[in-house]
Amino acid sequence: MSNITHLKELESESIYVLREVAAQFERPVILFSGGKDSIVIVHLAYKAFYPAKIPFPLLHIDTGHNFQETIDYRDALVNRLGAELIVGSVQESIDTGRVKEETGYYASRNKLQTTTLLDTIDKYHFDAAIGGARRDEEKARAKERFFSHRDEFGQWNPKNQRPELWNIFNGKKAMGEHFRVFPISNWTEMDVWQYILQEKIEMPSLYFTHERRVFERDGQWLAAEPCIKLKPTEQVVTKQVRCRTIGDITCTGLTLSTAHSLEDIIEEIAATRVTERGGRADDKRSETSMEDRKKAGYF
Amino acid sequence: MQLLRFSTAGSVDDGKSTLIGRLLYDSKSIFEDQLEAVEAASKSRGNEEVNLALLTDGLRAEREQGITIDVAYRYFATPKRKFIIADTPGHIQYTRNMVTGASTADLSIILVDARHGVLEQTVRHSYISSLLGIPHIVVAVNKMDLVDFSEEVFNNIVVSYKNMAQALHIRNITFIPISAKDGDNVVNSSENMPWYTGAPLLEFLETVPVGKDASNVHTEGQGAFRFPVQYVIRPISSRFPDFRGYAGRVASGVVRVGDRIKVLPSGLESEVTHITQAADELTEAYPPESVTIQLSDDIDISRGDVIVRADEPQPHQEQELTVDVCWFNENPLQIRSKYIVRQTTNETLGIVRTINFRRNINTLEKESGVTQLNMNDIAEITVHTAQPLTFDDYRQNKVTGSVIFIDPDTNETVGAGMIKTE
Repeated sequence: MSNITHLKELESESIYVLREVAAQFERPVILFSGGKDSIVIVHLAYKAFYPAKIPFPLLHIDTGHNFQETIDYRDALVNRLGAELIVGSVQESIDTGRVKEETGYYASRNKLQTTTLLDTIDKYHFDAAIGGARRDEEKARAKERFFSHRDEFGQWNPKNQRPELWNIFNGKKAMGEHFRVFPISNWTEMDVWQYILQEKIEMPSLYFTHERRVFERDGQWLAAEPCIKLKPTEQVVTKQVRCRTIGDITCTGLTLSTAHSLEDIIEEIAATRVTERGGRADDKRSETSMEDRKKAGYF
Repeated sequence: MQLLRFSTAGSVDDGKSTLIGRLLYDSKSIFEDQLEAVEAASKSRGNEEVNLALLTDGLRAEREQGITIDVAYRYFATPKRKFIIADTPGHIQYTRNMVTGASTADLSIILVDARHGVLEQTVRHSYISSLLGIPHIVVAVNKMDLVDFSEEVFNNIVVSYKNMAQALHIRNITFIPISAKDGDNVVNSSENMPWYTGAPLLEFLETVPVGKDASNVHTEGQGAFRFPVQYVIRPISSRFPDFRGYAGRVASGVVRVGDRIKVLPSGLESEVTHITQAADELTEAYPPESVTIQLSDDIDISRGDVIVRADEPQPHQEQELTVDVCWFNENPLQIRSKYIVRQTTNETLGIVRTINFRRNINTLEKESGVTQLNMNDIAEITVHTAQPLTFDDYRQNKVTGSVIFIDPDTNETVGAGMIKTE
């Protein structure tokens, strides 16, 4: 009997899922945000189809409120893999009147991404969108299947999901419907970092400690960038921080940290007492904000 | 570190979600912001105590009704093991979601309310767990605090459960008296039940043997090599002009470079020249590894074919299947109905020939003369398929012995089947 480690077992499961996507769908796409989870998905896809190229393009839904490091990392990665990159622009959705920009101190383009995402899926006729969402991230995501059906409006129906037995995935659908597929469903934040260390995956500098101009809001450190309107009482200071998750600048909480290396990050996560999405303003809008966004077609 | 996947099952209000909340809480796997959110949610619902079930009942509809609708997956680790928990619903209406959560489990915890004993859903979930071939069943007799931690109450439940289990041929059962709400015998041994000398639940979960070869349920050893082909990798690039690799996951057994293999259903033979994981060359592969296999001959192999070793026992190749089926859909299964049958990476049409019997969950008897199966029925049926399938008995091999039924009109997964060859 082979003494297989949990990382090997998780990797094997994820590669199996990615290969099922390639076999069952005609136009799959990888949703690439530039965060650690989508970076791991791309790495797994590279391994799943080696020595062939990854048989899916990468889709980045660009809110226009990105950290520059994310864009630089994305472009370098696409270049290295020889992959096709498609960008869905939230700015364009605003300009064409598809969505309306939020205003006020808490304005964020996070929610607007859903329209841009669904429009892009529609435009390119994608029938499966592969995401890096994990079940341990959030309580609505804890309910998600590996192969998650979306109706013609892009909606998730959590009260009536298809049964998913063993590892037999049913990707059948009617015209206009699509699937979201989550190959790293069973990974935890710790698994992701241990895997990154094991595989020596190069990561964006944002994940490591750096000096940044920040301000405090509702107990969270946020980046002082022009896309966030400061309240009169909020003071900009310089701190040593790192990102624990990377999303739109307006809702990515920064962690005070001195973690220089992957080993430091793993040590920090082992000791932390808050979840990674504890720093995400988008989840705090209401008790079921993730479920509500997911029902509408969010990642 | 080893991974143990377990599911919780049992009747409504037996305390499944509370037990998981307690396991996470007492093993210090709950984060401050999660606990704050649960405390606030409990308070706004007027609960006097923190309701740990809210940790897994994450959907709006679940929180409104105080029930579990769909499986929630939770993750925690102790210094000894990593765990994946599937918290499954107790309502009969959501049995399909219970089966979803249990189908990948190494162990099933069946909760029983000490005040109510063995109920219909206890029997249904125990029977399903047994049909699914889950190697270990833990019967956790919960809410012992509400029966004054009585040894007699516990023993009576053990006796009645064992009677039922014997009738349904369920084996490998462990009984533990607990109180999930207060934590008795969950992580720590209970001072209220000195008469119980066994391990508390978490200690049991940390030490129960897990065969990582999950495809061999009740058999010993590794079993024969089975490799359903998922995808053919052909780069057609200047660097790899002739590369042709068969991608898949080892379902059972072991394969080594140099092995003489046979491809089914064609029966063509060849030899394994390379086993790879991305750029790494391996000499052998075991379940559940995802690998790519290259052969010495250019033979016709596509998705749905199964690679086996020529010198080992061969799988069945037939068009007639006998299966234990759990039916999930509001549209009943009827004799002569047609479904898409998906098995490993293969797919064909199937027509229901007979319903041999339906299991009555109350009397445990086999009912004959049944003409249709309704949602949540469990039965033995025979199916005739358009193409022969390559399979093993589910008891020998979970991967090659399992099928799902898909309604060709709605694309929904309507049933789960476990193939029987004896």
